Amino acid sequence: MASTDTVSTGKPHAPPARDVPTRRAALLATVLVILLLVTGFVQSWNTALIILNMGLISAVMALGVNLQWGLAGLFNVGIMGFVALGGLAAVLMSMPPVTAAWSVGGGRLAAALAFGAAVVAGAALLRRRTAPGRTRAAGMFVLLLAGFAVFRWLLDPAVAAIESVNPSAGGYLGGLGLPILLSWPVGGLFAAGAAWLIGRTALGLRSDYLAIATLGIAEIVLAVLKNEDWLSRGVKNVSGLPRPVPYEVELQASATFVERTGRLGLDPVQASTLTVKLAWAGLFTVVLLMLLWLAQRALYSPWGRMMRAIRDNETAAAAMGKNVGARHLQVFVLGSAICGIAGAMLTTLDGQLTPGSYQPLRFTFLIWIMVIVGGSGNNVGAVLGGFLIWFLWVQVEPIGQWLMVLLTSGLADGSALKAHLLGSAAHMRLMTMGAILLLVFRFSPRGLVPER
Amino acid sequence: MSDPASTAAPEPFLVGERMSGGYGAADVLHGCTLMVNRGEIAVIVGPNGAGKSTAMKALFGLLPLREGGVRLDGESIDALSPQQRVVHGMGFVPQNANVFASMTVQENLEMGAFIRRDGIRATMDEVYALFPVLAEKRRQPAGELSGGQRQQVAVGRALMTRPRALLLDEPTAGVSPIVMDELFDRILDVAATGIPVLMVEQNARQALEIADRGFVLVQGRNAFTGSGAALLADDEVRRSFLGG
Amino acid sequence: MDALNAIAALTNFVIVPALAYGSQLALGALGVTLVYGILRFSNFAHGDTMAFGAMCTILVTWTMQAAGIGAGPLPTALLALPFGIALTALWLLATDRVVYRFYRRQRVPSIVLVIVSAGVMFVTNGVVRFVIGPGDRNFDDGERFIVTAREFRELTGLREGLAIKTSQGITVLTAIVVVALLFWFLNRTRTGKSMRAYSDNEDLARLSGIDPERVVLVTWLIVAALATIAGTLYGLDKSFRPFVYFQLLLPLFAAAVIGGLGNPLGAIAGGFIVAFAEVTITYAWKKVATYLLPDELAPSGLLQMISTDYKVAISFTILVIVLLFRPTGLFRGQSL
Repeated sequence: MASTDTVSTGKPHAPPARDVPTRRAALLATVLVILLLVTGFVQSWNTALIILNMGLISAVMALGVNLQWGLAGLFNVGIMGFVALGGLAAVLMSMPPVTAAWSVGGGRLAAALAFGAAVVAGAALLRRRTAPGRTRAAGMFVLLLAGFAVFRWLLDPAVAAIESVNPSAGGYLGGLGLPILLSWPVGGLFAAGAAWLIGRTALGLRSDYLAIATLGIAEIVLAVLKNEDWLSRGVKNVSGLPRPVPYEVELQASATFVERTGRLGLDPVQASTLTVKLAWAGLFTVVLLMLLWLAQRALYSPWGRMMRAIRDNETAAAAMGKNVGARHLQVFVLGSAICGIAGAMLTTLDGQLTPGSYQPLRFTFLIWIMVIVGGSGNNVGAVLGGFLIWFLWVQVEPIGQWLMVLLTSGLADGSALKAHLLGSAAHMRLMTMGAILLLVFRFSPRGLVPER
Repeated sequence: MSDPASTAAPEPFLVGERMSGGYGAADVLHGCTLMVNRGEIAVIVGPNGAGKSTAMKALFGLLPLREGGVRLDGESIDALSPQQRVVHGMGFVPQNANVFASMTVQENLEMGAFIRRDGIRATMDEVYALFPVLAEKRRQPAGELSGGQRQQVAVGRALMTRPRALLLDEPTAGVSPIVMDELFDRILDVAATGIPVLMVEQNARQALEIADRGFVLVQGRNAFTGSGAALLADDEVRRSFLGG
Repeated sequence: MDALNAIAALTNFVIVPALAYGSQLALGALGVTLVYGILRFSNFAHGDTMAFGAMCTILVTWTMQAAGIGAGPLPTALLALPFGIALTALWLLATDRVVYRFYRRQRVPSIVLVIVSAGVMFVTNGVVRFVIGPGDRNFDDGERFIVTAREFRELTGLREGLAIKTSQGITVLTAIVVVALLFWFLNRTRTGKSMRAYSDNEDLARLSGIDPERVVLVTWLIVAALATIAGTLYGLDKSFRPFVYFQLLLPLFAAAVIGGLGNPLGAIAGGFIVAFAEVTITYAWKKVATYLLPDELAPSGLLQMISTDYKVAISFTILVIVLLFRPTGLFRGQSL
């Protein structure tokens, strides 16, 4: 990163040095508000609120990624995996348990999973307790192979039994039936756990290795979600997740609500949809502000300063005795946990878990552009960048189509070239994303709201 | 001690005169002068941090000089980059990472002669004659050789361009005394072929024993200059740098 | 116990496909490892570079096919390859000039180059989809099979057929030729040795008068050739679809890491290790087991260790294992 910030000495900055980031942030925030208002007036308030809500969730993800990149220079390509784990948490926490499935195979499945975990733990123990060499490698190989065979022998019948219980509507174990809001921190925990496992493997080695290792994480998590029907119904999806905000129909049925909104000149349907979306926005904003406050506290704490010192000069820090690998692991886990929370929020908003709808490549790099454009190393910048890029991502497609129609208006109707160009407008988004990444990284690597 | 600025009648083949400069804001060298004549071995010694390696890097163009200049065979070479100085006939053996560890001895020599487009067979044979152990291990990766043998590869690599002057940065760093003796013998052989050799050394006593001329640097300045024998005999030099 | 049929089945369903896939991965991993060894970063754009190379070859192939130029029993794509390589080389040199060179001059940490290569990946992917569209493209022609299943059965009288597709045979042969050429180049030519020297010790190489920009140029040319050939062979074998090439990234990187990043020999070994692992672990061994075991022990289940849905998990697991136990790889590559 072409950052030339020197290591902070901990002394409070004189006001002039703070000004640029604050001014830029204020400017950017104002622009965003205006964009949103314009959308509301020109298109519809419904659209504006939909964009706002997804923007809030994206902002949380950008915050998590910024923690990893800004504080530790970690390139995490597996963001979507952590997000999906958050979504899984939403299902596992809030859906009611399917007692029939539990009674038929739940016990055996739990035993299988516990056994599998024990085998892995055993292998790890073996690795730590014995000397490196051929015998150790052979022993671990045999242990894992045999363990895998037994694991499958335990697991497969249980899975078959569970998935045969009411496959069209159930076919899985269900969840714990707890309030869905609880799943948000639990989603963070799931993501943190996965991040810890991956980080222990890939951190402390070359920085490229983490990128390569996380390349697979999202794919693996999604593969599990798509194929293990007993867990979350796979591609059959889990819908009808409980909501922390009221349902539109509930509001429409409520006489007081209809009367109050009628006074504002809104019809019940419109009013209810807007109110529900505002409620979501409120919830998400609370979470975002909490996380932002925590992130800011962390950034300016002695811990944060040490992290940035490590980032700016890793060899010097290591020479001073700092455990670079452990610090990186901390940041990696925290950042991923935040993405997990966002994932739970996302699935709660959708009301359903659809593994097929996660597009790891596209969304992961969208978040990266948010961080880089917004301001890597600056939490507020990353959050605002999240809003901005999400807004552009949604709005650019209709504009792009319109632009392409304009460009091809000179061509004869029905010409193959014109059809090809019009059809390809949809692909341009990804390419534009790549181009923006390159341009911003080259000409404005510190982003719109630079690090202090 | 003779004044380093007053040269003997023939102009020294390689001279860095009143060099001042450093890596950043602060200077490491203060008006330091080094030189070596044809057929001579000149040795630069001094305590740690005296700027010995820095002075050598300045001769080679790896350090920007604020003041002073470097002349090779009468011509100023200040404007030349290190690579260009190699083309002009300076050979440099860095202290660390001075071989291509994954490549064979023979390939190292070939790479040493990279800038030459003519036949290098004859030069390679000469290097093998100078360093017989290299001929023996010519197909082995340089990284697998012992420390002393690796240094020989490094020197051989630098000799492949037929340099008109050879600069060595602490060639005996980290080798055992026996190996050091052998290395010095080899360096003597190299100098015997007529190439002037300028060498920074930590093992001051042994280095001065084979030196025609010695430069003692302290804190980037010339402290003592003279023939190797004279410096060895001098009480002050012996007490301060040679351990009595 | 029917050893011959077991062998035939094993060869048909495991060995031949794994050899072909391994050759493709080996060529791709060679490109990855070269970029890492010389340009010192993990090139996330390599999968889509393979797609780009395949695309160029396909376009030229179609032109040739339309003009009636063919290669007899061999696919026309082979004739189109040189042109595909040339076009891909231009693309790579352009991206180097526009994107990577700036960062190279600045000596940035390699993670920056990795991020930037991800941007290049998107642009390349977009260009490919823009030019040739996102759908399936067939450009195979010539004889489909070297030996069909039926021919084999008639020849040997066995129950199991063994089919070897032309594309598979070409893949393995081409891979052998390319690898031999590459190693000859790296070990026997002045330029090749200078590249190895540059990869080994950049400072010393510069000191020896080796021109870094020339080394970079030649590297990209070689990578263009490797990526185009690998991409075309993969497309011939399986059929061309742009988004499939991104999914090859993980197996490619796993292969390169296993062998030791920066070590060409390792990349080849890694390619075959990953390919064989993927194929054998997802193969349903029931058939072969039925041939080999006595009737009483004949298995009822599929004997498939992991379903093909989890193919990505295999290269990922191999990668994790290597990172845990031997990050420098089987052959010592450059790492840390």
